[in-house]
Amino acid sequence: MRRHAWLGGAALGVALAAGACKGGDDNSVREGAMPPSASLGLGRPASAQELATVDRDVNPAGVGLPAGQGTAATGTKVYLTRCASCHGVKGEGVPPNPALVGRIPGDSFPFGADVRAVRTVGNYWPYATTLYDYIRRAMPIDSPGSLAPDEIYGVVAFILAENGIIRHEEVMDATTLPNVTMPARERFVVDDRRGGREVR
Amino acid sequence: MAAILRWARRSAKQALAENGEIPFVDRPKLYFALDLTEELAMTVSPTPPESTSPQSSAKLSRREALAGVAGALTGAVLSGVDATALEGQQARPTPTPPAAPTVAVPADPTRVPGMASEALGARSPFEHPALAPTGVTSGGVYSPLQSLSGTITPADLHFQRHHNGIALIDPRRYELIVHGLVDRPTVFSLADLRRFPPMTRICVIECSGNGRAAYKSPRAEMTPQQVDGMSSNSEWTGVPLRTLFEAVGVRRGATWFLAEGGDAALVSRSVPLEKGMDDAMIAYAQNGEPLRPANGYPARLLLPGFEGSTCIKWVRRIELVDGPLMTRDETSKYTDPLANGTARQFSLVMDAKSIITSPAYPEKLAATGWWPVTGLAWSGRGVITSVDVSTDGGTTWTRARLQEPVLPKAYTRFVHMWKWNGAPAVLMSRATDETGYVQPTRGEFVSARGPGTDYHFNYIRGWRVESGGQVTFAADA
Repeated sequence: MRRHAWLGGAALGVALAAGACKGGDDNSVREGAMPPSASLGLGRPASAQELATVDRDVNPAGVGLPAGQGTAATGTKVYLTRCASCHGVKGEGVPPNPALVGRIPGDSFPFGADVRAVRTVGNYWPYATTLYDYIRRAMPIDSPGSLAPDEIYGVVAFILAENGIIRHEEVMDATTLPNVTMPARERFVVDDRRGGREVR
Repeated sequence: MAAILRWARRSAKQALAENGEIPFVDRPKLYFALDLTEELAMTVSPTPPESTSPQSSAKLSRREALAGVAGALTGAVLSGVDATALEGQQARPTPTPPAAPTVAVPADPTRVPGMASEALGARSPFEHPALAPTGVTSGGVYSPLQSLSGTITPADLHFQRHHNGIALIDPRRYELIVHGLVDRPTVFSLADLRRFPPMTRICVIECSGNGRAAYKSPRAEMTPQQVDGMSSNSEWTGVPLRTLFEAVGVRRGATWFLAEGGDAALVSRSVPLEKGMDDAMIAYAQNGEPLRPANGYPARLLLPGFEGSTCIKWVRRIELVDGPLMTRDETSKYTDPLANGTARQFSLVMDAKSIITSPAYPEKLAATGWWPVTGLAWSGRGVITSVDVSTDGGTTWTRARLQEPVLPKAYTRFVHMWKWNGAPAVLMSRATDETGYVQPTRGEFVSARGPGTDYHFNYIRGWRVESGGQVTFAADA
């Protein structure tokens, strides 16, 4: 053991001496390169066709809404066959699945103060375009992505009409839907928490 | 029992003596010795053994034994998780545990050969941590905080929140499209992502609905898992999102990006571009291995400190845009109704929070004397600077010791040694983060938000210790 320790010490001494000779200017060790990300040449260009396939979101101005149309009347049949088993024939909800229909008198917004207030599309949904976007993405839950644009516009019209937000005969399409003003439109405010001592 | 033990020892000794010199040669005799000790074997099954045959017991493969034990014990303690308060919850009740085989444990593991190795290391048959509830396709699956030590959540115990099941994706077909306000709309394969310079960091993910059941329908018989199990902490590896943004060239005018998952809900969230350029990551590995399917395999968005809903699993598309899309999950859901008739939107950062994970229900303190009070603290705004512990329901506080390393936006383990004198007590923890934010009391929290608040439940939690040592969740604290 002692012999090994001595040898180790000698080796360390040699190493230190060598290091001292060369100082910090050892050119045999260089900094690793960090090439610019774009220069790596990774990935392939996305084609317009494949973008059209997956880029199907709808923004509040209605950008992304497809051609097609529907009314509450045309949407009723779709709703009853594809949606009502979870959300109720009048959109009242089938627990644990949420209610879609319901307004609060005067369109007040008591949700923070009153734990009993039930949130629906009619009272807690700032943009009508989100309805189309969400149904197209995720509904019906047993067969997402299976509804045609006319069917989605119809279901959207049905839900809005049942909530008393549009008239039953009103046509919903890429032009009319973004112009629907939801009752809760002005109720949503940007997060004002910033850390620090104050509890918000 | 002692007599049997002596008999077993003598029998084993005799077997070895008869055998001559080397133990472990005469296997039948050794099994005979084991047979005698079987009554001493720690039976980890809640059901009586189906067979007492020493051969069948001894030959039971480790895999069978562990699988059976794990199956039997899954949810035995935790099946009562109240997840119904989570939106869209469709959890089925945890199924009745199947009858399990027993595992014969040698009285003296130094006298018999141990088990042989297998391709995957399994947990000890005596350990049975479990997510709960099972069968969830739309709702929350809670991590067993009370079963975990340190700060890293094993990947198979990481909490889950699904919106229409766990997507199963072939990594060879996986693609991430980055497009919108960019110079070069690009499709990246998983192999492409892995060729970028990788980064690794540890951080917490917390569902912003974490704590809802404890707030809305508290019960004394709630475990840490049931109170705050919708949070977990892992080491994540991937490519910084900033790197991908630089590769595609973000155009002037882009201020947000939409992240979309490749699951059956196409879960989508808008995120400020600033976050994407800061510490966001496309993660493909968790705790050293590829992501588990339930956690987003083969790749997910990771936004350290932001609510879990934004950390899009199975991420398939990122679109640079000039404003938020106002998806359902940033309007109708994941917004915070306030008492003043508004709802806070894009409340993305998770404020500081802590929870004592032991002592906690269903533990019972076996004796008076010193006990470690330990738990987890974290903040989406940076590092935890201190955690205070109270044993008198918040009247007096003592600074707890923080275990190193203390990392930003990650679980920090705290410990406070407490000398219990046998009197009833209420244990609480209170975290402070680097911004000076102090975890509020329940009263302060409700006063600031209104009773109908529905996310970000980060107020102080309490555990009641009865004079007999039983610990329960102090729902009213």
